[in-house]
This record gives sequence, C-alpha cells and structure tokens, in this order.
Amino acid sequence: MIVDVDGAVQRRSMALVIPPIEPRKLAKVPFVELADGRLQGVVSSGSDVERVYVSSIGAGTHGLSCSTNNNRPCGGLRGSWPCKHLQALLDEASLQYGRERVARYLRIDVEPGKSLAQGLHSTHEPAPAATVFSSFLRHLAYLELPDTTEPIPELHWFPATGAR
Amino acid sequence: MLAQLFDGSDVGLAESLELVAAVDEGLVHGFARVDEERGAALVALAGAFAGSPLRDRIAEAADKIAAGSIGDDHLMALAAARIAVFGAVHDALLARADAALGRTRSAWAGAPGPAAAATHLLAGSRSWLRELAIAGWRGVDHDLVSAAGQVIAATLGDAELRRLAVLLDGLAAELRAGSPIATMEHVPVRRWADLWSRALLLAHDGGRAQRAEGAEPVTGRLLVLGADVHEHGTAVQVQVHGVLEAAGAAPRLVRASVAAAKVDTIVGPAVWRLLQGHPTLLTALAEHRALELTDMPLLGSGDLVWRDAQARAGEPTDPFATARVLLPAATAPAVPPLERHPARIAEPVFVENFQEGPLKVDTARLPACGPLTAHLVAGASACIGLLRWDDGQWSLQPMAVQFTIKKRTSAMHTTDWAMGPSPADRLATRTSMDAVGVLRERAGKLLRK
Repeated sequence: MIVDVDGAVQRRSMALVIPPIEPRKLAKVPFVELADGRLQGVVSSGSDVERVYVSSIGAGTHGLSCSTNNNRPCGGLRGSWPCKHLQALLDEASLQYGRERVARYLRIDVEPGKSLAQGLHSTHEPAPAATVFSSFLRHLAYLELPDTTEPIPELHWFPATGAR
Repeated sequence: MLAQLFDGSDVGLAESLELVAAVDEGLVHGFARVDEERGAALVALAGAFAGSPLRDRIAEAADKIAAGSIGDDHLMALAAARIAVFGAVHDALLARADAALGRTRSAWAGAPGPAAAATHLLAGSRSWLRELAIAGWRGVDHDLVSAAGQVIAATLGDAELRRLAVLLDGLAAELRAGSPIATMEHVPVRRWADLWSRALLLAHDGGRAQRAEGAEPVTGRLLVLGADVHEHGTAVQVQVHGVLEAAGAAPRLVRASVAAAKVDTIVGPAVWRLLQGHPTLLTALAEHRALELTDMPLLGSGDLVWRDAQARAGEPTDPFATARVLLPAATAPAVPPLERHPARIAEPVFVENFQEGPLKVDTARLPACGPLTAHLVAGASACIGLLRWDDGQWSLQPMAVQFTIKKRTSAMHTTDWAMGPSPADRLATRTSMDAVGVLRERAGKLLRK
C-alpha cells in the first residue's frame, strides 16, 4: 500500500511505502503476516503452552485452515465458520495492520457494524501448516542475530516514523 | 544563516535527475522489453558519461540492453551510472549546506575496506536483483518476492554482509506489501531504483566499507547532540550525532551507530530493549550525559565503531549547550566515495524560531520510540535537528526541541526513553514493552527443538 499524501511518491527517495504497524500484545497471537496470498499466523493454544496453532485465511477464496504445528487438525474448525484461533488471528491482524488493510488483502466486503469474520464467505481449505510455521521460525530467528555497531548507511532510506 | 540554502538554484540538478530517469523508468517496466523511447534515454545517459572512465561500460550496457541482452555487468554499469550521478548531486548539495552553515569538512583520505568473502551469497543476491530488473516493478508478483527469501536469510547470517541483507530485506518487504505491483497506483520510482542500485553495488563485493581494524583509536569526550532513528520491519538503527573533543585535535562532528535485527511487531519504545547490549550509550542518551571514550575506533567517515566497554557515562551535559557552543566550529567528516547520495545528507544543525523560515520541518520523521511529537515541535523555540534533502526540497528533521511553559524552559529529545518510558508515558503510547520478551521466550522454546 502506498501512502501518497502529496503526490510525490514517485520522485521521493524517502517515499513511505509501508504504513507504520500498530503495537499489540503478542502473547495470544505471536505471529501474523499478509503473505503468499493468505492472512496467516500462529496462535497460542489456550490450554497447552507447548502447543501452537497455525491458522490461515486465503485472499479471495476465504479458504480456512487451522491445525497444530504437528499437522493435527483443529477440533474447533468444522465446516465454514472460523474457529476461535482464526477469529483471534483476524482480530490481531486488524489491530496490527488496521481493519481496512486486512479487508482489502483478503477481499472482504466489509459491512458497517459487522465483524470481518461475518464478511467471510468461507470454505474449509487445508493450507500447508509447515510453510507458515517455518515462516514463523524465520521470524523468530531475527531476534537471535547479533547487534552491529558498524554503520549501516542504507538505513537512511528507512526513517523511523509514527510518533504520536 | 540557513538562508543561503535557498539562494539561487543548483545548476544542472534538474538535468541530472532527468538523466537518471532512464534507469528508473527502465526498472518500472523491466529491461526485458525496452521500447525506442527508453532505449534512447539509456543512450542519452551513456552520452553524459562521455568524459568519464565509466564511458565505455555504460555505452556498452545501453547498447546491449536495448538489443535485449541483459548481463550482470550491464546492470552493474547502469547502477554505477545512477550512483555516480547522485554522487555528483550529493556533492553539490552538501557543498551548499556547508557554505550555508559555515562548516569546514575534512577531505576523504581513507582507503577502501576489504571485499566480502561470501561470493556465493553475493551471486545469489545479484541473481534476484537481475530478475527484478528484467521483470520491472510492474511485473513483480508474490513469487518473485518470495524467491529472495532464502538468499536474504543466508545473507543475514553473514556479519560482513549485514548492510546488503538489511537493504534487500527492506526492499523485499516493500515489494511484498505492494504486490501485485501491476495494479499499484503510484510506484515509488526513485526510491526503489535507489534501493536496487545500492543493493547491486553492495552485491558486487560487499561495499568495501572500512572496518574497526585499522581505524583511528580516539580517546576523549563525546558530547551528544541527538539521535536519528532508522527502522524497517526487521531492523532498527540508532545513529547518535555528537561532538568529539579529543586531546590534540579540534572538535569534530562524529556519529555512533548501534543497530539490531527485529521483527515488525516490535515497534515504538520497545525497540530500545533490543539495544540493551550497549548500556553505557543508552544511559548517557536517556540521562543526557557526556561519554568518556577510551581508544574507540573512529572510521574516516566520522563513524565511531561503538564498543560500549570502552565508554563511560560522564557528567550531565545539555545537548542544547553543545549545539550552541561547540557545533558551529566543529569540523565535519568526509563522506566515503560510495556513500555519496542525497538521501545520506544528515547534517546536525541548531536553529531558533524555525517555524517561520523557508526550511520545511519534517515531522513525519519523528520516531515512535521517543517522546517528540509534531505538536511539541510546533510550539518549540529552538531545535537540534538534521538537515536533509529529498525531491528538490531541504527539510529539518528534529532530534530535540526546547520550549517554554509558564516561563520555564524545558527540552525533549528523541532519546529520552532510551532506558524505557515512564509508566505514564507507557500508558499514553500504549506501549507493550513485553513484545521482545514474549517473542524471545517463544524463540527459546521453538528454535532449539
């Protein structure tokens, strides 16, 4: 998405391409992404700290998928109504990216006063949990990288923004 | 004094940017199909290099690409042409800024650093950049963006290639956010061409920046002016600007940068937690203390390679006093040849009553990790900031402001929350400082299985 306030996006080295992400609590849904044509993420199990669910919703198709990282299907996902993990995924994605961006990506027609989940015309469509899960592991691996104190001049192109 | 920035116009600036458009527009549509107009633009670009050592290589690239043959060398020549033009633009702009500020700048005397060793990672990066150039931004889809995943992950693991990896990761995230770009309303043409050409340059041999080994060791006092914060989804860098007072040398403008990898959900003041490995620096920033340095490596670019154990937090000092007293006479560092680009111009300045002047105040560039807001800036009487230039316009990026409330003067700095915001500020900014903790705990459980 382009935030084109003054029409200068095409000429600016510093054009803002990705809007700042909103902070949110991470304990319940540690990972959310809009990638590979899906809203996908990882949702903590309510009962077992060792277990996580890998949940996804296809853009356009609204294919729903939810299983543990060991590929056991989620018992709560029957038919075409999203289970609580998928609902949590949608809620947290709306916090992180804003409701509109999520709706646009998934191509949900949002009706005023209704939730995003109500706008889904869902089908059950198992997606590859392993891919999403490895994407989450790659995500976590960033936090293991060492700091650096040699300057990175390229980061001048990426100003921190978002003061409120 | 900054009035001189706006005197007259920069001769040749518009023409230079016009030339560069040959590469930028080519990248929008892809070099797989170069129509007559774009082919002619490439030839014109080559013509501008008639008196340069790059002449033959750029002319050959323009010929071959127009004929439909796209080799790594040809793309490298186009990137080099673009970088050279922006280098010249940078020099003219920086000379103008130095004249307006009455600033003396050291001449570049440094030698390039070593080439990177991981040639397979460089080749992998070049290969993705070539695919992008062939497809053009308009042809980029999810698959082409995802194709970079493995090489970026591997490159991130190589400390020597951190710059390249951080840049590729930032570019890939923007392409992903924009995909499918065919339907994007406005493509950030100059920006992505900047990022692509820099990435190609770094993917040639790593960029050959100077290293801490062989740098000048400096001992003395660092008086902080302020900090600039850089951030994308997976990286954050705090770049501190200050004046270095060392025995036997005139006061010098220097920078100290600390950077960490992060993920997109770590935002706002939580990013400081990622930099806790530099407690002395963070303490000095939060408490406005001078830093006493011992044998800290200083690169020819004016960058201290920060070693926290070689610094000690000293006396409290007011950055505004440093800006008033020491900044005007401090010598500015040279800019390394390959870093010359207008986007890198970030000259520390001190201004008073700045709201009225022609210099635009860029409040979009206030970081979420600090307490400075557009509202505070609007009511301020003095400002320490960075002078920047983009799209034909100079602007002031505030790093600290001074303001008067009920006859009392106070100040606010981007770094005031370096040791964490106060509980009240935490509530006001809805900061969850535990983001780093939650994810580290998850990483500890899952990554080591």
